[in-house]
Amino acid sequence: MSYLAKNLTSGARELIAFRIGDQEFCVNIMSVREIRGWTPATPMPHAPSYVLGVINLRGAVLPIIDLSARLGMKPAEPTVRHVIIVTQVKNKIVGLLVEAVSDILTIRDEDIQPTPDMSSEFERTFARGVLAIDKRMICLIELEAVFPQTESEAA
Amino acid sequence: MDMNEIKEIFFQECEEQLAELESGLLRLNDGDRDPETVNAVFRAVHSIKGGAGAFALDDLVSFAHVFETTLDCVRSNKLEPTQDVLKVMLKSADVLADLTNVARDGGSVDQARSAQLIRELEALAKGEAPPAAEAPAPKAATPKAASAPKPAPVAAAAAPNDEGFVPVAFSFDDFGGEEEAAIEHPAYEVIFKPKSELYTKGNEATLLLRDLSRLGEMSIHCNMDSLPPLDQMDPEAAYFSWKVSIKTDRGEDAIRSVFEFAEWDCELELIAADAGEGADGETEELPMQPVPFDLSALDEEPHAPLGVVEEEEQIAAAQAVTAAQTASNVVQMAANASRAAAADKGAAAAAAAQNNAQQASAAGQTIRVDLDRVDRLINLVGELVINQAMLSQSVIENDSNGVSSINMGLEELQQLTREIQDSVMAIRAQPVKPVFQRMARTVREIADITGKSVRLVTEGENTEVDKTVIDKLAEPLTHMIRNAVDHGLEMPEKRLAAGKSVEGTVKLTAKHRSGRIVIELSDDGAGINREKVRQKAIDNDLIAADANLSDEEIDNLIFHAGFSTADKVSDLSGRGVGMDVVKRSIQALGGRINISSKPGQGSVFTMSLPLTLAVLDGMVVTVAGQTLVVPLTAIVETLQPDAAAIHSFGATQRLISIRNSFCPLVDVGRILNFRATQANPVEGVALLVESEGGGQRALMVDAIQGQRQVVIKSLEANYTHVPGIAAATILGDGRVALILDVDAVVAASRGQPLHLETSLAAAG
Repeated sequence: MSYLAKNLTSGARELIAFRIGDQEFCVNIMSVREIRGWTPATPMPHAPSYVLGVINLRGAVLPIIDLSARLGMKPAEPTVRHVIIVTQVKNKIVGLLVEAVSDILTIRDEDIQPTPDMSSEFERTFARGVLAIDKRMICLIELEAVFPQTESEAA
Repeated sequence: MDMNEIKEIFFQECEEQLAELESGLLRLNDGDRDPETVNAVFRAVHSIKGGAGAFALDDLVSFAHVFETTLDCVRSNKLEPTQDVLKVMLKSADVLADLTNVARDGGSVDQARSAQLIRELEALAKGEAPPAAEAPAPKAATPKAASAPKPAPVAAAAAPNDEGFVPVAFSFDDFGGEEEAAIEHPAYEVIFKPKSELYTKGNEATLLLRDLSRLGEMSIHCNMDSLPPLDQMDPEAAYFSWKVSIKTDRGEDAIRSVFEFAEWDCELELIAADAGEGADGETEELPMQPVPFDLSALDEEPHAPLGVVEEEEQIAAAQAVTAAQTASNVVQMAANASRAAAADKGAAAAAAAQNNAQQASAAGQTIRVDLDRVDRLINLVGELVINQAMLSQSVIENDSNGVSSINMGLEELQQLTREIQDSVMAIRAQPVKPVFQRMARTVREIADITGKSVRLVTEGENTEVDKTVIDKLAEPLTHMIRNAVDHGLEMPEKRLAAGKSVEGTVKLTAKHRSGRIVIELSDDGAGINREKVRQKAIDNDLIAADANLSDEEIDNLIFHAGFSTADKVSDLSGRGVGMDVVKRSIQALGGRINISSKPGQGSVFTMSLPLTLAVLDGMVVTVAGQTLVVPLTAIVETLQPDAAAIHSFGATQRLISIRNSFCPLVDVGRILNFRATQANPVEGVALLVESEGGGQRALMVDAIQGQRQVVIKSLEANYTHVPGIAAATILGDGRVALILDVDAVVAASRGQPLHLETSLAAAG
């Protein structure tokens, strides 16, 4: 706790890094509630393809998003090795299915580089910046863009 | 505690006082002349004024002050509380409520209206008061003969009031004393004629008479004239009536309070015997020859001087059945009235006469709890239930012999959790009274605007139902009441012409029926004009011009969107968003609404609603490998379709014949997109469901797993609304199951939901 507090006061922030396929991504640790193993989800009718369904999180109904499919990559085939990152944005809680959690990164704001100027939808919608750490490239995800807000309503 | 918290408490108390005020005024309006009722009304206004003064709510104080002054005239018998006076007072109570709301939530009041009422009230206070020396100038009328401050926090807080207001305490004994002490032990004649309902509800004439005898010296005569010969006698009927002469110093109220719990089930006449001629006249009126009757003999054979044993046995059984019910009613009433009861002399007398009531009022203490805390508790208990189910399931899976002590412990745990769940649900249960009281105001306002004379009769106000249901009930009810007064009741001239009383009656009742609450709204108006409804439906393309509809189907047409038969669109109702909105909000609560109407005699709307929105009885089914829950209330019957009963209809539609009528088959898996092609109906099970507009559909599912009570979980909390799905729940294995929205599925199967309604006549 003191470690966390020290880093926060010195203008640093912590991110959780995870892996999907051969790419690495990260999200702000403050929006992560917990990390849990994969349990089969109940499919939802008329849901977008990247919504795998809902699971029971201690009495609450939690929608699970296949982050790989959401980011426009190939849909995941969930196994017991997959993990769900339970995240909270505003007042909604959503689980993100990823392959594995790799790291907790402590970075400073100035470490975040702007995303290279590309014309893909991915860059415009989801990426908030990239990090270069130990020759790895980790993409910082904008969580709010990931959550289905009104798209499924139209379906 | 800071000022805002105190203020919040004040407003909560205001709400209670306003409710007290309104119910008191309504009692006065019904002819109650009990000085205690007037006092209760006065006290309510007085407390509001006192509290408002402490918070410098000047508008509220000045209005309450004028109101109080006028009420004081009534209290001191200077002003007769006639219907006209009470009309002004009821309106004043409404304005007082408005002012309170404005003081709390901001906004503005209709200044003209309150100013007008202040003038009316002042006129009443001045005009009717005798111009004698003690003539009440508004200020002087406020009673200042305070012996000790009223021990209410409001009054205490009111002490440093700039209005020069002094908290007032008045001894109730004094009130009674002024009027009654002058006459020593006045005599009364009581004629008590029980109906058979009295006995079936477990009351007993003997006990009532015995209670009566405790009030003072009395003599009693039994009238057995109406007793038929034994062979014609109905053992469950009531044949006797009693005439009691009693001398008591406790007053009329004490006598009435003896019969408090029986007054609806008996004919009761109470005559002050001082008016000797009057009493004689009454005796002559009734063809009654008093027979001397010994009360002790009554004790030995309470109902059956002829020794009809069955009667006694039946009554004993009835008593046993209703005893618990009666007791709980008493507790309920006492709890609701506990504040009033504590101060109310009449209730105190009743308590003295009724041991039950006394015990109950001692137990009927209440506390105020933040709703969030209750909801949190309910959520936790919901999770406990799920967890317990999961635990049981895994133990059963791992314990093959099934007799271990773990199993027994689990069973007890299951019972306990269920009991906890029931008790927690009961915390949220509230009487429907506040909603009904709001309706009284709605009726008054609309009656004023339409120029009709309307009386609202309410029954079963203490019926309890979950708070969420109550909160969501107000809007549809208001709408329906408006409709009933605006469209249902005729204008006074028309009523006279039809041989009805000028005053229309709107009746609102609530009762429990098989785990649901049934609310009925009836009026004695003209009923539904079926010709007009039909024509309107044809004009609006709702039905074909030659459709052959039953009366019931025509009546139900008024629930369609965009349907309004009012000739001109009025301010109140008839904006074309009437009954369909009502129906939708009732359905959103998991309820149903029905109408029945008799031309010239009025209409009855019947709503049946679940008692809680937290749990639901559902049928657990399998569809395309997924587990779904179908609300049990929607299911009419289940059946295993026969290949011969399935008929193709057009390219994709299929019908199933059930007892010679055809019902469209709806594949739930297909509608929800769980599978790409329609399943073979013969391999599945059909659930016959009742849908909007009375039409039936057969929902195809793969298999039925069983029937279960499930805890409703919101999907919207973390996700969005899903078409065809009402909510979610968590099953014993810990997985989420979706609860089917039957109406949405049926509507989706229709494509265009409303215009295909014409097929209703053809298919039905």
